[in-house]
Amino acid sequence: MEFSEHIKTANVEDVVLKLPFQPPMRGTLCVTGHHLLFSDRAEEREWQLLLLLRNIDAVEKSVENLLGYPQHPKAGQSQRTTGSSGTIIIKCKDLRILQLDIPGMEECLNIASSIEALSSLESITEMYPFFHRPRELSLNDPWGLSSPEQDYVQTERLWDRWRLSKVNSDFSVCPSYPGAMIVPRTVDDDALVKAARFRQGGRFPVLCYCHHRNSMVIMRCSQPMTGANRKRCREDELLLQAVIDESELGYVIDTRSAQQAQQARMTGGGFESKSFYRPWRRIHRHMERGKVLQESLIKLVEACGDPSHNMDRWLSKLENSKWLSHVHSALSTAGLVAECVERDGHSVLVHGSDGTDTTLLVTSLAQVILDPASRTFRGFLQLLEREWVQAGHPFQQRCARSAHSHARLRQECPSFVLLLDCMWQIWRQFPLALEFSEALLLRLAQEAYASDYGTFLCNNEQERCTLGVKENTHCLFQFLLRCSEREKYINPLYEPTELAIWPSVQPQSLQLWTGLFLRWTEHAETMAEAREEIWTIIKEHRERTGAEETTHTPPTHRDTFTAVENLMDELTIL
Amino acid sequence: MEHIRLPKVERVQLLDRGSSRRAQVGTLYLTASHTIFVDNETEVCSEIWVLHSLVCNVEKQSVTAFGYPLLIQCKNFQVIQLIIPQENDCNDVLMSLLRLSRAKRYEELYCFSFKPNIDKAERDQAWDFIDLRAEYSRMGVPNKLWHVSPINREYRVCDTYPTDLFVPKSATLPVIVGSSKFRSRGRFPTLSYYCKETQAAICRSSQPLSGFSARCLEDEQMLEAIMKSNPGSRFMYVVDTRPKLNAMANRATGKGYESEDNYTNIKFQFIGIENIHVMRNSQQKLIEVSDLRSPSMGEFLLGLENSDWLKHIQTILTAGKFISKAVAEEGVSVLVHCSDGWDRTAQVCSVACILLDPYYRTLKGFMGTYLCDRMAFPYRYSHLDEDPKEVSPVIDQFLECVWQLMEQFPCAFEYNERFLISIHNHIHSCQYGNFVCNSEKERKDLGIREKTHSLWPHMWKNKSDFVNPLFRPDHSQTQGVLRPLTTPYCFKFWRGLYNHFDRGLHPRQSVLDCLMAVKEETQQLEELLAVCEIIRLLRSKQCHPEWSDVNCSANSPQDYTGGILSTGPKDWPVQQRETESTELSLFGDATKSSDPDNSDQESGVADFSCHSSSGGDSFPSEDSVKDADSDEAAFNTA
Repeated sequence: MEFSEHIKTANVEDVVLKLPFQPPMRGTLCVTGHHLLFSDRAEEREWQLLLLLRNIDAVEKSVENLLGYPQHPKAGQSQRTTGSSGTIIIKCKDLRILQLDIPGMEECLNIASSIEALSSLESITEMYPFFHRPRELSLNDPWGLSSPEQDYVQTERLWDRWRLSKVNSDFSVCPSYPGAMIVPRTVDDDALVKAARFRQGGRFPVLCYCHHRNSMVIMRCSQPMTGANRKRCREDELLLQAVIDESELGYVIDTRSAQQAQQARMTGGGFESKSFYRPWRRIHRHMERGKVLQESLIKLVEACGDPSHNMDRWLSKLENSKWLSHVHSALSTAGLVAECVERDGHSVLVHGSDGTDTTLLVTSLAQVILDPASRTFRGFLQLLEREWVQAGHPFQQRCARSAHSHARLRQECPSFVLLLDCMWQIWRQFPLALEFSEALLLRLAQEAYASDYGTFLCNNEQERCTLGVKENTHCLFQFLLRCSEREKYINPLYEPTELAIWPSVQPQSLQLWTGLFLRWTEHAETMAEAREEIWTIIKEHRERTGAEETTHTPPTHRDTFTAVENLMDELTIL
Repeated sequence: MEHIRLPKVERVQLLDRGSSRRAQVGTLYLTASHTIFVDNETEVCSEIWVLHSLVCNVEKQSVTAFGYPLLIQCKNFQVIQLIIPQENDCNDVLMSLLRLSRAKRYEELYCFSFKPNIDKAERDQAWDFIDLRAEYSRMGVPNKLWHVSPINREYRVCDTYPTDLFVPKSATLPVIVGSSKFRSRGRFPTLSYYCKETQAAICRSSQPLSGFSARCLEDEQMLEAIMKSNPGSRFMYVVDTRPKLNAMANRATGKGYESEDNYTNIKFQFIGIENIHVMRNSQQKLIEVSDLRSPSMGEFLLGLENSDWLKHIQTILTAGKFISKAVAEEGVSVLVHCSDGWDRTAQVCSVACILLDPYYRTLKGFMGTYLCDRMAFPYRYSHLDEDPKEVSPVIDQFLECVWQLMEQFPCAFEYNERFLISIHNHIHSCQYGNFVCNSEKERKDLGIREKTHSLWPHMWKNKSDFVNPLFRPDHSQTQGVLRPLTTPYCFKFWRGLYNHFDRGLHPRQSVLDCLMAVKEETQQLEELLAVCEIIRLLRSKQCHPEWSDVNCSANSPQDYTGGILSTGPKDWPVQQRETESTELSLFGDATKSSDPDNSDQESGVADFSCHSSSGGDSFPSEDSVKDADSDEAAFNTA
């Protein structure tokens, strides 16, 4: 395998591994094409660490000749034979930081450079998902949870006014859209092609959600290319007109400030002007994107990683990172969209400039607020698949590097992490409304950056097709759903509600997601105990009710009422 | 009551603080103990009762088109905004409330007129609910090293101390008397907590009158006696909870701190907890931050930082951690003092006790710390209309420390957040006699035991509301010493207390309620399965737990537009009557207010563009677009 040329030293003995809040461990370190393997055989119970190299964000190395520096007498004693040693600090994309003390300067440098080279390989087909072959999974298993075709067929309320268009089946109309999309019935494929030419990256307006209560819709697209000359596109205007009845009103939620939208015209972009899109009202809600968001994440992680500072510096750093402000604006914009749909009964079109980041953030959060189906375990994964994976969020670019990287930023942006954070905030405020738990959000935050599965590979469906991702990798979502450990992703308190769940967006109500950002601190331990205790209580309850626990649909406590009632009926008959 | 100038005002508006547009119209009543607002417009008659003793500030604000606004701020952080149509009425209400809310004598406090339906025997029994002696004997004293000294009978040595005081057996009467003369206000070192396992003790006192060089042999002997009562250790800590600078400044007035040169075998330590004046200002700033209407994230966080409040909490917890570590791990006794030994000292000792002893993390135990630490060695409460400079948030800080610990150790406490908030409310409301007066002597003189009622049996009776469903006596967190983290990110803003009455800010579904209901049901089921004969009976009892309704409260859109479009339901019961269920109904009552309010619908969307709290220049102000077709004129903010 070609990886071997990057591996200068494959094995080192007598390495000391230091993980946060754990005693140091001594063992063997091994570098393979995709993994860093550390095994500690000294103790009775064998302990291993298997780290995906892709998960490594930054490597910091320092070597020293210990004989020359007598200030480390203790370390020196054991190392005296080699005379030199090195330390590698590995900072992971899941925010964990590990330290490896490696005897021998040369070995240390070799290991460090191998890790650096292998963790930043850019060829997608060389990445681990293409090699991950667990025994219990087969490549013939279904890949993905659903498709636009299935969504359309299953949603009866769409049939009347909407149709499925396969105009993009060869990805020629819009390279970042999937092959099929749901569009107004009255608009033909030729018009779609023309409308696509008028939208940045060809992302013409498509349906993403139809509200079950009033059939109002949420659509998304990219900015119109009006440019400085106020160009128009008849087809684009008709497409939007076809969405709503003449008497109705629709809202365009632009995730840029009015000023930014205005400036976009200088570079060929723009916004829907009222005179040409009569029934549509435009509202601007500024949301940060791209580099600003990435830097925000970097600052936040840095603040969380420094436990030495005092209270003042902590709060200023937290404030200065602006991360919670981004959470605030994402949730409040999504709330606004949901409010337009549910309370005011209007359809909404969401876009920013590219329509691949803030747009998806807003549309998916609005759906969680409105749609009970997207709050189930399966439903949420389907939402992510539809609104992020298929809708063309460029995961490959956005998640190439995370908060620790020293590399120059390119297209990195934690839009997806921001979504997960917002989901966490919603869960905090509605702890019974989501079927899945915080653990799922954490798992997803990790998988988006480094994964055994192919789900988050590539930037869009076209790339996935070209590289044969679906044929040659396993699907994360399918795996999570069939996972024998499903229980750890389930919210024991889940209690479905048909109602919209409106999160509070006041600063007092939004909190730092300690589960993610302080995940590798002592803080996490007692929280895990509390979670276990909740499970214990729920399980005790289930045992009493005699409800049979099936692997696929563990009974909610609502179900157990009926069980109780049945039992009581039986007993009364007796 | 002669203080009520106007018993009733009609057509008063009660403003919803979440939204300036929404108001209820109703009748305002002033009674001897309460201000009552009755909403007579909505079908569901809603009432708000506010105890006069909870009111800390009444302000008349500048006149509006609707009438004369009156702002009532309460000690439990409730804020009520009324608009009274007539100026005369407004003045009368203002004057009455100002007088009613500021008791001039203890006898005017509500606890003296609060008469629940309890007979005398029951009342006496209630006061014996927690027994100080039993509490000490649980700790393991008296024993061969510690005993009760009769020295303070009739409060001869120190009138702010109780009569029963534990001191080392080896300390003779002359030593104690000598020591008390060398201590500010005569508050000589006495036992606060005794650790059976290590034989180490926490003692407390006031500062010594050392000035720049004064010494007192008896005081030195007193400390020596304390140290020697812990046979295993060769030194003891003396912890001065003040910042060093403050302590040094006190030397100029003949007070000060112990010198390691004069006292043998002490290790002296400053902790640096600020005085009550700094704390009061800090809390004031915190309250202002929590009162901000739709602040941006930045405003909120910077305001929180500028208040320094969490920093103070951190310092107090760090001090408690230091003491608990000394006692439990090093087995070294500690003497704690500040200036007079009743603010910071009591606070820090109580925190240390909670960390040290799992018993104080139970309901009964918490009431015990209260009795030992607060009642016998009181804080300076300010229930009377006295110098506002003496008002101190010490007790709030103590409760907050416990809350911060609960957040860190969710399974370690038998009681829940509601319990703390309820106690906070009772401390300030004076409905029960427990928190009135500043010393045992004052309490005896006033006849608190005879004339008022005790809170604890009442809380105990309702304990099912106050238990933490995650608590398990056999849990690892529950046992042993708590070792909290004191890194800054572990300290959070206590929304539950400071924004208690801003319902929209709290989680819409409560894990607490859900788990409590589930647990209760599990228990019910157990009984059900065991005794088949009583099925019918149980069936009639079988009710759906409360939490099944909690979901309903989901359906109320939040304020995404910054205060313009608020949709808080109108009839949120801000405070219930003073009946048995005063215990703040906030969480449980969610069902009442579940109906979404649609009155905004017709005007709805125009508001989206008005204003947003998302911060900075990012508002959706279409008007800033200098666009030729300036299309969205309709959306411009008025």
